[in-house]
Amino acid sequence: MSAAGASIGVITFPGSLDDGDARRAVRRAGATPVALWHADADLHGVDAVIVPGGFSYGDYLRCGAIAKFAPVMTEVLRAAEHGMPVLGVCNGFQVLCEAGLLPGALTRNAGLHYVCRDQWLRAENTTSVWTTRYEPGAELLIPVKHGEGRYVAEESTLDELEGEGRVLFRYVEDNPNGSSRDIAGVTDARGRVAGLMPHPEHAIDPLTGPTDDGLGMFLSALDTLVPA
Amino acid sequence: MARVVVDVMPKEEILDPQGQAVANALPRQGFEGVSHVRQGKHFELEVADDVDDDTLERIAENFLANPVIEDWSVRRVES
Repeated sequence: MSAAGASIGVITFPGSLDDGDARRAVRRAGATPVALWHADADLHGVDAVIVPGGFSYGDYLRCGAIAKFAPVMTEVLRAAEHGMPVLGVCNGFQVLCEAGLLPGALTRNAGLHYVCRDQWLRAENTTSVWTTRYEPGAELLIPVKHGEGRYVAEESTLDELEGEGRVLFRYVEDNPNGSSRDIAGVTDARGRVAGLMPHPEHAIDPLTGPTDDGLGMFLSALDTLVPA
Repeated sequence: MARVVVDVMPKEEILDPQGQAVANALPRQGFEGVSHVRQGKHFELEVADDVDDDTLERIAENFLANPVIEDWSVRRVES
């Protein structure tokens, strides 16, 4: 089975912004991107799902709070239960936290400013479905752009995440939003559902991003979906 | 119909930078003596008479508030 045999769905909600770049990243990694609409009642047979960045439903109520009730999310929850890899980026991370697929919540940046810049991250967990292509401790330069990205959770939850090695990435040098313990991304207990605030899909090609450091996340997932 | 008010506030231990910004702006407006501000959300719901308290609690807990970061209260008011 060739890599092109794997298909990765990218959800578009009203207000999604980064679905186009996410599909482009999937294609660049060698898989077939499939556009999923928020009102879809099935996942069109995809092997994995990406919940992209943006402002789904205008961020009304709370970021991701309305999106978690979209028909397509019911299917994502069911598929994730059966082990389907799911990646949430930025607003997608917020959606996955709101939906209960990942612990914690994303709140207003400590400095109140919307932060848009290239950000250094350190890869902490390199065994999740989405991070096997990275070396432990590798530093990546990937764009961040958000106003509500401060990761918070109960202290006991944070301790559990650290103890189980479920912190995927940490901000290095300068924490852009005041996240607890500099956490930029986390994974679920099985290492199949992942969420992060920075945008790997914007860093797949030095022509259009600061680096191609983000491509590894998509290639990692393909390694699992398409066994060599 | 009954009127129900749901108030949602960031938990005490959760940083509230918006409330802090308001508190910091007050002295600049000439208002002294306000030492602390926390900002939350206030919902007013018009509900049918057969909607019970348990249902209202679930609406608040599962949707209007995020229990990870927020506390909430539900009360019926005279309309």
